[in-house]
Amino acid sequence: MEETQEKEIHKNIKVSVRNLTKIFGKRPEEALRLVEKGKKKQEIFEDTQQTVALRSISFDVYEGELFVLMGLSGCGKSTLLRCINRLIEPTSGTVEIDGVNIVEMDEDELRQVRRTKIGMIFQNFALLPHRTILDNVGFGLEIQDMSLSDREKKAREAIDLVGLSGYEESYPSGLSGGMQQRVGLARALASDADILLMDEAFSALDPMIRRDMQDELIELQARLNKTIIFVSHDLDEALKLGDRIALMKDGIIAQLGTAEDLLQNPRCNYVERFVEDVNLSRVLVSKDVMKRPEPLLPPDSGPRNALRLMEEYGISSIFVAGKDRIFRGLVTVDGAVDAKKREIPLRDVMITDTPTVLLDTPAQELMPIMAETAYPVAVLDDVGRIKGLIVRGSLLAGLARLEIEV
Amino acid sequence: MSDILPVGEVAEAVVAWINDTFGWLLDWITMVMDMLVSGFQDGMAAIPPVLLIVIFAVLAYLLTRKNLKISLLTLFGLLFIYLLDLWPETVLTLALVLTSTFVTLAIAIPLGILASRYTLVNAALRPALDLMQTMPSFVYLIPAVIFFGLGNVPGMIATIIFAMPPAIRLTNLGIRQVPVELIEVSEAFGATEWQKLMKVQLPVALPTIMAGVNQCIMLALSMTVIAAMIGAAGLGLNVLIGIQRVDIGGGFEAGLCIVIIAIILDRITQNVISSGQQKEI
Repeated sequence: MEETQEKEIHKNIKVSVRNLTKIFGKRPEEALRLVEKGKKKQEIFEDTQQTVALRSISFDVYEGELFVLMGLSGCGKSTLLRCINRLIEPTSGTVEIDGVNIVEMDEDELRQVRRTKIGMIFQNFALLPHRTILDNVGFGLEIQDMSLSDREKKAREAIDLVGLSGYEESYPSGLSGGMQQRVGLARALASDADILLMDEAFSALDPMIRRDMQDELIELQARLNKTIIFVSHDLDEALKLGDRIALMKDGIIAQLGTAEDLLQNPRCNYVERFVEDVNLSRVLVSKDVMKRPEPLLPPDSGPRNALRLMEEYGISSIFVAGKDRIFRGLVTVDGAVDAKKREIPLRDVMITDTPTVLLDTPAQELMPIMAETAYPVAVLDDVGRIKGLIVRGSLLAGLARLEIEV
Repeated sequence: MSDILPVGEVAEAVVAWINDTFGWLLDWITMVMDMLVSGFQDGMAAIPPVLLIVIFAVLAYLLTRKNLKISLLTLFGLLFIYLLDLWPETVLTLALVLTSTFVTLAIAIPLGILASRYTLVNAALRPALDLMQTMPSFVYLIPAVIFFGLGNVPGMIATIIFAMPPAIRLTNLGIRQVPVELIEVSEAFGATEWQKLMKVQLPVALPTIMAGVNQCIMLALSMTVIAAMIGAAGLGLNVLIGIQRVDIGGGFEAGLCIVIIAIILDRITQNVISSGQQKEI
């Protein structure tokens, strides 16, 4: 966690949670003392009949970050999310939003923060059935006593933003799940809140619609620079969306870090078991499985030099790149022998249409490419410089290595 | 009455005490309700019957969001009653039923809201409602007569007590059944308690509350004949006279009119909420 914070230190902290504890039950004080003594959840329940939902949780969410709280049901992730806008009252600890502790606020101050700073999106959309889409999106603004014309103007903008123009006068029951959740999103966006709390927002959607909504959320967030705290029980979703992921278990954060941190350095058995199931080929990208691009053949060298290098390294083809390392093509043993025999320049036998991939091409997409070509695949950066190469063996070895490590 | 347990004597003493202490209040209630009923009755009687029937049909059309079937049912049903020569009685019965319903809802809906918000109120109300619903409706005639004498007002008082429980219960239930997420929405977006009630809880609970209103009207209508026994006039009285004089024809005609009014009011109140937008949450 410290490493990540160092890396991100230049960013502004938007939401800061410190030592947050939530105990459900009628006599939380007693249980709180036991939590402070470090007693286990089970012991505390046996002693006091109080349920410890969250124990002394601390983390920061940076401005513009998409932060995922993830874990199995009952791990406390939804409770934690609701403590951030005090839909659930924390038993102890602080929640600072823009540096102000909301746990100490009175009702009026809290209401003001909820109206202007925090938008919330719910698993089952939670639209008001008796209101049109326009009035649903304008709900938060109506609560703020905004005038009808301003409210409708802003609501229409938000509806436009989520691509639902034309449905303003429809009722929620006439919309598909995906469209209903867009309305939920528009409602949260309409009040210009900087922070969006999303509680399993896509869990009730079909897989296809769900993927689309995830893509759109990523795109929307890049455009609007919202700070999003997203609760999910689906690791694939967490890995796809999260700039950072807090993996929760039994009311604590078992590990907090980027997707790569979690997959490659799981801190404990729980995280390991969790990431075991993830589709590894999705998170693995070219740069994780590529080898150093050695040797490279200068573009002006002759067939003899090419054959010597191939013999020395025991390979049957070689990539051609200049001093600038810009990728030119590939020469095979057969091509080099042919050029030597016919005494023609190497560039005449160079294959230039061989497939290449980018540094962040997912392993999932690499596999079909590898299957189609007989040669190694060059990994290029944005400007076309060769950064590495992938042969079928290195891809499979990379996958296998991760599978063993994780 | 029993000689061992002086329950009857105690009841009599209590009634006497209430009459002495709250006589002014009972008089005031009688006056207000009499005013309401005569207001309705005189208003309706001032309009020529056929014109009034057309007005009712148009009202039915508008209230049910342009349901032509119900509008025609209202028109022909009421014309039928008019042709039976029972119009003045029908107007009085309508006035009694509407007044009772109005008073019942004015008490029941706020009580239902309170019961949905405070478990204590709910716990206190529940046995009272159970008692009110299991008690034979004739029993309500006794206190009504004791406190209000004979006439239309005691009839309505008995009707109000009889018609109240379902309206309270269904208001309470409707609000309690509003999905938790919708409550969370209103809180998460910073609604005050009042905004939450008016913009989320009541509108979402409205179909259930309307079912309560419907029940309330039906029960009020079913009390018309019983209320006639303590002097309430209208169609109920005609039925009662039919029983007393073994006048099958007269009793049947008046009874039929009550059924027609019941069907019309039932169809209208069931269709006040449009079907499309309330289907799912």
